[in-house]
Amino acid sequence: MMKIALYSAILLVLFGGLMYLAADLPVGAPLQSDMDDYFIKNGQEQTGANNIVTSIVFDFRGFDTLGEATVLFTAVLGVGMMFRKMKEGEEYEND
Amino acid sequence: MKMTKIVRTTADVFYPFCLVFGLYVVMHGHLTPGGGFQGGAVMATGAALLLVAHAYEDITGRLRKTAMKILEAIGLMMFLFAGLSGLLFERPFMGNWMAFTGKWFSHPVAHGPNPGDLNTAGLLPLLNIGVGIEVLGGLTIILLYMLSGIHAEKKP
Amino acid sequence: MMSYLLLKLPYFTVVVLTLLGLAAMVFKKNLIKILMGLSLLESAVNLFLIVTGYRTDGVAPIYTNAPSLHMTLPTVQALTLTSIVIGVATSAMMLSFAMVIYKKYGTVNAEKVKKLKG
Repeated sequence: MMKIALYSAILLVLFGGLMYLAADLPVGAPLQSDMDDYFIKNGQEQTGANNIVTSIVFDFRGFDTLGEATVLFTAVLGVGMMFRKMKEGEEYEND
Repeated sequence: MKMTKIVRTTADVFYPFCLVFGLYVVMHGHLTPGGGFQGGAVMATGAALLLVAHAYEDITGRLRKTAMKILEAIGLMMFLFAGLSGLLFERPFMGNWMAFTGKWFSHPVAHGPNPGDLNTAGLLPLLNIGVGIEVLGGLTIILLYMLSGIHAEKKP
Repeated sequence: MMSYLLLKLPYFTVVVLTLLGLAAMVFKKNLIKILMGLSLLESAVNLFLIVTGYRTDGVAPIYTNAPSLHMTLPTVQALTLTSIVIGVATSAMMLSFAMVIYKKYGTVNAEKVKKLKG
């Protein structure tokens, strides 16, 4: 009972603090947009693609996409490792 | 206990349309919203439709685990080698050496708003296809492994 | 007061979603419900990233048949793409962990799965 009251109090304090901070953020007019103005103006003639988001994901910041493909591959490796079949006579260790 | 015949037939009819639409989203990644990851997820939805409609024993003959593993590995290797080919032509790693010269995807692009041309943008469609194939293989392999894990528990 | 609430509504939605996800992770005992709370938290973060890059009366940053040249910011949308894919990968691995725990212990209650203690 004490634990539930303590956790609820912490969450309510967090709620109040986040609402107070969220009231200052601007909606609809970002404060600094120099990098994005450069991408919108010169992205079409330097890359040759009509889609600016694809040219950012694959050309201006292609190294992050390489890391993301590796993360997806590693997750599939992990799931495949979980469901392997034991041979006859083996058991889980530390049982 | 199986699903009714109407459900199984509808899933069999819808599965090629899902694959074709996913491939359209992948190929037009540099003209319309979309690209590699989004199109790969649409294609994996078609495979999930088949897995939901049919029983597990009927579907392991059509969607094999080995084929999906090979597809995933081929996708990631295509992405890597397309990136490394920039080093042969005096550009940095993943530099766009095909964009305005060369043979394949190299039409010039007009300035400002225009109806799109599929033949533009150099190395980008090759990277899109590599990532699309990898995401299709990866998500289908996750679904097949999880279903085989459930199926192995039910046997007495 | 009501017009101020309507103006900043996206940020208030982000705060409410974050707290719902945190409350689900703290107060629930079933392992799968805790994982659903983590997925809610990731959705809140993705929404916050996209709201940061909005311009009033802006169109999508694509030049094919574009109606105007006043576009929203494209860099933040690229970051959100990466974040969504990483969320999918993490959720798949954690759900497979939950399945193996059920096979070994026979229950998915987070208070009964404690052979590592003591």
